[in-house]
Amino acid sequence: MLAEKTNTAQLIIDKISATAGKVDFIDNDKLSKALMYLENKGIPSNKHEDYKYCNTDAVFKKEFKNIEQKLNTISDVKNYKLKDALTIVVVNGNYSESLSDKIILKGLHLTSFSSLDKEQKQKIGTLANVETDAFIALNTAFSGAGFYLKIADNEQLQIPIHILYVSSAGSEALVNPRNVIEIGKNAEATIIEEQICIGTEKVFTNFLSEKFVAENGKLKSYTFQNEGKNGFSVNTNQVSIERYAKYDNTTITLSGSLVRNNHNVVLAAQNCEAHLNGLFTTKDNQLVDNHTLMDHQMPNCESNELYKGIINDKSTGVFNGKIFVRKDAQKTNAYQSSKNILLSDDATINTKPQLEIYADDVKCSHGTSTGKIDEVAVFYLNARGIGRESANKLLLNAFAQEVIDKIEVDELKEKILTLFENEL
Amino acid sequence: MITIKNLHASIGDKEILRGIDLEIKAGEIHAIMGPNGSGKSTLASVLAGREDYEVTQGEVIFNGKNILEMSPEDRAREGLFLAFQYPVEIPGVSNINFLKTALNEIRAYHGQEEMPAKDFLALVKEKQKLVELDGKLANRSVNEGFSGGEKKRNEVFQMAMLNPKLAVLDETDSGLDIDALRIVATGVNALKSKENAFIVITHYQRLLDYIVPDFVHILYNGKIVKSGTKELALELEAKGYDEVKKQFENVTK
Repeated sequence: MLAEKTNTAQLIIDKISATAGKVDFIDNDKLSKALMYLENKGIPSNKHEDYKYCNTDAVFKKEFKNIEQKLNTISDVKNYKLKDALTIVVVNGNYSESLSDKIILKGLHLTSFSSLDKEQKQKIGTLANVETDAFIALNTAFSGAGFYLKIADNEQLQIPIHILYVSSAGSEALVNPRNVIEIGKNAEATIIEEQICIGTEKVFTNFLSEKFVAENGKLKSYTFQNEGKNGFSVNTNQVSIERYAKYDNTTITLSGSLVRNNHNVVLAAQNCEAHLNGLFTTKDNQLVDNHTLMDHQMPNCESNELYKGIINDKSTGVFNGKIFVRKDAQKTNAYQSSKNILLSDDATINTKPQLEIYADDVKCSHGTSTGKIDEVAVFYLNARGIGRESANKLLLNAFAQEVIDKIEVDELKEKILTLFENEL
Repeated sequence: MITIKNLHASIGDKEILRGIDLEIKAGEIHAIMGPNGSGKSTLASVLAGREDYEVTQGEVIFNGKNILEMSPEDRAREGLFLAFQYPVEIPGVSNINFLKTALNEIRAYHGQEEMPAKDFLALVKEKQKLVELDGKLANRSVNEGFSGGEKKRNEVFQMAMLNPKLAVLDETDSGLDIDALRIVATGVNALKSKENAFIVITHYQRLLDYIVPDFVHILYNGKIVKSGTKELALELEAKGYDEVKKQFENVTK
């Protein structure tokens, strides 16, 4: 079994090594550890507890037999730009200065991985430990030339930053976008990360972001995933928040053949707060798997999670939410809720709350519900002349609204609402 | 307007409607009364097309078409309206959006364009007044957190907005206090015209003081056992349903 796993990882390494860029922004020790971990552990299959419903090994074996890394260049992204946002573009894992807006905002510093100073380099890989997950290891070993984004202390950005990750290839390909985002003390920012896949061939995107929110910093983060049939991705967010800091993420997944999100938040100091919200719609044979971890390390912190799924056809949705309350994390408030609607008899949802609590004075709760569309409500709508399709749309919209309403960037909210309605 | 002929309907193995015949012309109000379990609400549900019931015999001709073959939404689009005994709460769907969708789907069915937003809002305002419905309720989610009276007023409000040819009021008076009853009745009376008709299903005579029927039918054991004018309702009120039961028990078995 071990040999077989190693096999897939080894094949991937062989196929992408020749064309991979040099990863000189991560120190050699981490790089060799990453490669070793990958070779020993392999790409996770469903035998791996964390990937029980997301057999990435099988996906590589079936869908990515012929990785040739024929990556496309992109000359224009104007159709995807938001009007009132600063756009940063990453193509096939590499930061594109020419497609990105010029950075002229006070307090905002963007450095490409090729120009990092020593201190910045040292920060890479401090949250994403290469020896915890094969995809962190894979990304580390073959990281794209991403960027380091820093919001200076005491700066409040007035316009959102829209980071567009474009993948596009003329053959099967694997790309590894990576970034570091650092919100300084008392700083505030809104960051939208959007993932699209626009080439003619399948691309596996192994995304990794490390996000630091310093004392009293606030990061509003939106993840919008709409990669279509050719998109396969594992997306890892490693987040650490300090005293009085606040981290909000809303992840909307509308398409993609495989979307696995690992969203891990460390509440590293007292009195900080984290919110994770998610909405996903799946159809055909899609798989969307949201894995979250709220790691409460210190007292008086609060975390909140709300994930909603609409699962159709033969597709599968997964929500696995772990709340980890360490011994010192007294007075923790942690809540988690997962709600799902199955639209077909062949659709599947797997939800698993995981509470590990080592402190004795905490408030933790979780709830999950899964059901079909409410036929009593459908009949009521029908009886007013509203047909089946519109009735479904109204009810699913109502179901999704609670999550969509978390989006505070109007332009993004409208865009997502329109695309969401088209997906139904 | 509507002709019901020998209508039989069951739920599971149990036959509930056992041969209903009824003819209603435009401009008329018919009251259907009867003891609990006589089939009153089943009749309303079968007309509206609820799938839980199986029609085993008979036909319902509404404006020349057999509606038993139609989906519930097409029946509504043809001009049939059911005011629910228990209006459904739909969290997250605003009353306004709900009505706009309903109105425009009905218009599309008849080959009409969508109603301009301005005209729609004017219509909402006008009809809201009719049932003294607070503007805030119109913007809230459909029936969510409404009191019993507000729900019933919302049914009449929807009826006013959609302007049906035939409205079936299924125990609209149940759970209403006297003020709410008056408001609902005023709404219905204002909507009454030579072109439309109403079926008022009720357990009590009280509502018929406000909505005066042209005909009263007594439903018992799934059959109409007696028909008359509004005096029949008063007689029923005086004697109670036990009299009916005694008189017709053997006839309907």
